[in-house]
Amino acid sequence: MKLKLLVLCLLLSCFSVASAQEGTSPPEDTLLFDSTLLPAPVTNLVAFDTENDHGHAITLEWEISVDDGAGKQSVAMYEVFRWVPDLMTAIPSFRDTLDYLKLRTSSSWSEPEPGSRTDSIHSVFAKLDMAQLEQKKETLERTIGQAIRDLPAAHAAYPENGSWQQVAVAPSGSVTAEDVGTKEKDSPDYLPDYSDFYYRVNAVTADPDIRTPSEIFGPVQSYGQWFNLGRLAVFVFVMIFGFLTIFFVSHARRGADLYVRPLAGIEAVDDAIGRATEMGRPILYVMGLGTADQIATIASFTILGRVAKRVAEYQTKLMVPAYESVVMAVAQEVVKTAYYDAGRPDDYKEDIVFFVTSLQFAYVAAVNGLMLRELPATNVYMGKFFAESLLLAETGAVAGSIQIAGTDEIAQIPFFIVACDYTLIGEELYAASAYLGREPILLGSLKAQDWAKAAVIILVLAGLILANLGVGNDWAWANNIVDFFRVVD
Amino acid sequence: MRKVTIIVMAAVIVLFLASWILKAGAFQGEHDHYIIRGFLVTFAAFLTLAVMSFLYQDNPYYKFAEHLFVGVSAAFWMCMGFWTTIVQNLVPRLSTSLADFFEVPQRAEGLNFFFYTPVILGILLLLRLSRKIGWISRWPLAFIVGTTAGLNFIRYLRSDFIKQISSTFVPLLGRDWEGIGAFFSNLDLSATGQLVMMVSNWVIFLGVFCGLIYFYFSREHKGVFGAGSRVGIWILMITFGASFGYTVMGRISLLVGRITFLFRDWLELI
Repeated sequence: MKLKLLVLCLLLSCFSVASAQEGTSPPEDTLLFDSTLLPAPVTNLVAFDTENDHGHAITLEWEISVDDGAGKQSVAMYEVFRWVPDLMTAIPSFRDTLDYLKLRTSSSWSEPEPGSRTDSIHSVFAKLDMAQLEQKKETLERTIGQAIRDLPAAHAAYPENGSWQQVAVAPSGSVTAEDVGTKEKDSPDYLPDYSDFYYRVNAVTADPDIRTPSEIFGPVQSYGQWFNLGRLAVFVFVMIFGFLTIFFVSHARRGADLYVRPLAGIEAVDDAIGRATEMGRPILYVMGLGTADQIATIASFTILGRVAKRVAEYQTKLMVPAYESVVMAVAQEVVKTAYYDAGRPDDYKEDIVFFVTSLQFAYVAAVNGLMLRELPATNVYMGKFFAESLLLAETGAVAGSIQIAGTDEIAQIPFFIVACDYTLIGEELYAASAYLGREPILLGSLKAQDWAKAAVIILVLAGLILANLGVGNDWAWANNIVDFFRVVD
Repeated sequence: MRKVTIIVMAAVIVLFLASWILKAGAFQGEHDHYIIRGFLVTFAAFLTLAVMSFLYQDNPYYKFAEHLFVGVSAAFWMCMGFWTTIVQNLVPRLSTSLADFFEVPQRAEGLNFFFYTPVILGILLLLRLSRKIGWISRWPLAFIVGTTAGLNFIRYLRSDFIKQISSTFVPLLGRDWEGIGAFFSNLDLSATGQLVMMVSNWVIFLGVFCGLIYFYFSREHKGVFGAGSRVGIWILMITFGASFGYTVMGRISLLVGRITFLFRDWLELI
């Protein structure tokens, strides 16, 4: 069974490789031309691991062809080729088949367009039932995992079972090129570290069929260094931001009055809690569908703490339906602490924060039902929201509740704006937690963020000037500064 | 129970049974399990209408659909969590005998004792069920929140902060500026033309610049600063308006999907 699947995938991969090469790769060597037309090859080709990076990249250097800018002056460009084992070219086809099997076994499966690549795969698997498809999916997942692990061995088998593939192009006059892959194993550009690579460079004339290959260089391996200078900008900004945060936190701790402009949505929270108390109706706090590791959810915990403390002081009822179990556990701790801080530990009940379900629209159905049956005076939506935002906010509006929302999910903010009384847009949600808490740590970090934003404004202006003037005037130093911000992934 | 409620309920039951019988009859010959299939299609149509009845007001049919949906989904995710996360992903990495017991295939990479860490954290999390040592459950929570916040800090700094800066370094005159004369004599109004590129780059620059001013919290928005902030909120609102229209169109396609189900699969009118 496994063997059949492997053979099938290899056949599919041959199809894709053949079609890919047809479109992109010219013939490897040219021997059918008058040798006087052929340019001289590049000489002294060397390849080595690119320094100060995260690996997965090789730098090549050579001495230009004597016909480049001199001699016959026939060299138009250089093409860099790497020897690639068949196993590596087969992996994308394995993935295509796996993607098909995943789609086929999901609820979103629909018949593919006739003649498409999915259709050609479908024709092979069309008669299999769901159990067989699942089994094939698992087998293929294991096959791909094993194939990726076998890549170093496949490279070591040079020159057996492989072919030359173009990986980079350099204009005439160039003496260097880089073969940059990715570390993502799921990517078609994945370049495995600690594998033996072999390279050659073709000197190509204006007629792409006339070319002269260099001598082959190899083996050479890529590997990561301790410091990746491509991310220097991240390091610099982490240090600056860390310094600013520590500075402002210590400043706030010494009692400095750090100004934060009023946020209408947050000012309304206290009024809304007061309204609920006067009406004798509960407050509904919805944390959205985010998990505990998302920044919006973490900000929501802080706001929940503040709301819960006020609710405890006013002895109003609070309801917090949770979508995710870890969020529920953290929210319970937050609310419990708030009740203790308010001096009312006896009023705290475990079921203030309760789990509903982890299915999006089932959660919405439950919360909507809760709104219409409990008729909360105030609905607070803070956190990560997706397609359910309008369903919740509309129902809340129908129930006559005051509604305050905040999310950093850009696509959902419009729905909250049209259906809620107050909306915190994007970063206002993070600022709200600092504004409400007035704690030195939160205020200090908010101030540091503001300074960072001021720095961004200045950098954007300076960068724009350099990018617009520097490029036109060939100012190398200006281009270097602009490149500093182009972070390598 | 009110008389009207009883009449409506009786009518719904009669309609449900009639639909079931008719659909089963329609499926006879096409499917082996035509009675079950007829029931499933009728039940799906009933649940669709029950959920849509919420548009009128809260009612027992909506409550039934809601509780069924919530109950089934909670149980489903519980099972999915156990069988896919714990049994399929965790167990084969921890113990061969446990993997054999659950009849899950061994991992090609073998056992990995690093995965005992989430097991321990998970057990600590469950200690919250105990009144005496429930406080220990705060440790894994602190670990989860703290670790992910730290990891996200670097990720966001790179993707949302530094890349935002570099993406704003755009040529304000578009590409290949060759002077005003050449610009007007070769005026290209296509999406890739110089004029559109120029306008687009100016919108990017002003949008970022004024948006940042709006999200600056340390100063009151008055004077020139306030004007910049107002431009920023206008740009945000225009963006939100476009996003709103785009998403509403997506929602309408969902509605069309359900209407199609009712009229084609259930009533067979289209």
